[in-house]
Amino acid sequence: MGRMTFVFRRLLQLVPVAIGVTILVFFMIHLIPGDPAQTILGIHATPRRVALLHQQWGLNRPLISQYWLFLDRLLHGNLGVSLYYGGSAASLIISHLPPTLWLITYSSVLAVLISVPLAMIAASRKDGARDHVVRAVPLIGLGMPQFWLAFLLIYAFAIKFHFFPVSGWGSGFFGHLRSMFLPSLTVALALAPVVIRSLRASMLNVLGAEFITTAKSKGVAGKRLFLRHVLRNAVIPAITVLAINIGFLIGGTVIIENVFAIPGLGQLMINSIFQRDFTVVQGITLVFAIMVILLNLVADVAYATLDPRVRFSR
Amino acid sequence: MSAIPLTPEPGLPGAAPPPAAAPGARAERGEARRARRWYTQPALITGIVIMTVVLALAIAAPLITPYNPNAQNLNATLLGPSAHHLLGTDQLGRDTWTRLLYGTRLDLRIAFLAVLFPFTLGTILGSVAGYFGGWVDTVIMRVVDVVLAFPFYVLVIALVFVLGPGERSIYIAITLAGWVSYARIVRGEILVAKRQDYVLAAQSGGLGSVRIMRRHLMPNVISQAIIYSMSDIVQDIVAIVTLSYLGLGVPPPTADLGSMISDGQNFLSTHWQLTTIPGLAVVVVGLGLSLIGDGLADLLRPGEA
Repeated sequence: MGRMTFVFRRLLQLVPVAIGVTILVFFMIHLIPGDPAQTILGIHATPRRVALLHQQWGLNRPLISQYWLFLDRLLHGNLGVSLYYGGSAASLIISHLPPTLWLITYSSVLAVLISVPLAMIAASRKDGARDHVVRAVPLIGLGMPQFWLAFLLIYAFAIKFHFFPVSGWGSGFFGHLRSMFLPSLTVALALAPVVIRSLRASMLNVLGAEFITTAKSKGVAGKRLFLRHVLRNAVIPAITVLAINIGFLIGGTVIIENVFAIPGLGQLMINSIFQRDFTVVQGITLVFAIMVILLNLVADVAYATLDPRVRFSR
Repeated sequence: MSAIPLTPEPGLPGAAPPPAAAPGARAERGEARRARRWYTQPALITGIVIMTVVLALAIAAPLITPYNPNAQNLNATLLGPSAHHLLGTDQLGRDTWTRLLYGTRLDLRIAFLAVLFPFTLGTILGSVAGYFGGWVDTVIMRVVDVVLAFPFYVLVIALVFVLGPGERSIYIAITLAGWVSYARIVRGEILVAKRQDYVLAAQSGGLGSVRIMRRHLMPNVISQAIIYSMSDIVQDIVAIVTLSYLGLGVPPPTADLGSMISDGQNFLSTHWQLTTIPGLAVVVVGLGLSLIGDGLADLLRPGEA
């Protein structure tokens, strides 16, 4: 199967999931207790505003046609009108996208840089002292609230030693690189335990494979064996592990953006919640889900490109 | 269906040994099981000890500390540790040790309750999907895919927002976002287990599907869900603490580890212990539960010890 066919088939598989995502996001409004429009606008809202919202959301129509209205607007790139700012929710969300994409990319890179060496150290001698130390990392790391970890890093690197700024996302490429280091490191450190755990397991798997035995019997040993034979075959699982946990990573960015005052989607989401700006919260929820779906698709394609066996087996 | 046994018994009660097993193999299994008694697992023991101490402190909080967690004393703000205040006081003169105990008590209670609902829902839907297969399986697993498309925190935060503040919303949000992992795990286990001879025997004996799932399959597949639930409680505690840091969880002034950490945020440069201590409490609880989970995984792993 060619690569294009593979991508096309994966895209087709995504259609039901994408439809399901829009249904769930649409239903958010009906989870609001009482009359959604009244609850969102508060008790002091004028009946006219409430009626206007009813009309905008089509609340007086049957459920199916409400969803149809929602979907029709969505396909035209219309996420509704921000209740707080008054402008288009879609353009508000797009303007907050860059810092979040920066944070996601930066922390993915840092997570790989942290996890791969540690997983290699652990796998190089199973049940050795170093293996036990690395295996203890997830036990502590998984119970660590990310925002708390962020405070510790701020205290150490921004307050005690003024290496990095306490908040903001800087300006220009290098400004971003410097200001976003602590936030990205926090997200990466929170993700690392999960990645290390899976990577260690997959490296041990590779080490037990027949081609490694062959390589060893040919006299390949030490660093060369690890870099050329084990690492190459362990990179593919690393991509998969990252892709599986992309939701965890994105969830982390939402929280970390609020700790470091980074003007991304996560900060917009929490601010909108406090301004009771339902449309924007709904829009961001949808955008995050689409992001997860797309990143998973990218990872699948990368996976199929790196490992031809995947393409042929499906 | 409501009477699914949720007992976290490690010995797999009621698990009928596969009839095909030769007597020799059965003796070997018994040997392996004896070698893996729970008290020979260092991880499990350490975890149980940690959790026993934490739970005892949390439950006995009113007996251990004489202070009220919310009582302010503006003449004694931001004190360091002393005989009167073991861990000092916060910006409103409230005793930090007292708030730590009550906060742990509250967060543990919410987390343990919050894990029960997704566990039950996910286990039921996962076993139905795995056992019946076909379109039932397709529909349930498509819903799982849809929920998994949302980052856990994004979904929980959005749901707590639309449902309104309060403990009840936290339970609903965590259930709707968290059941999918259990459904996937249990479905996978059922897919393997339903081809075993003892299930075929029960089916040919004319037993109903519900009875087979409840009495024959459930005891054999539930252990993986129980192991996962340990790390799930850790995830839920962290989520609850995070929600209250963001101002979406337990409303102030109730003592809760998340609001303690965020209260301390403003005093990070001068009184770093106000932020550090409640976070450490979360880490200790997480460590205890993870160790129990790892120990259980070793204990319940089929085959070699």
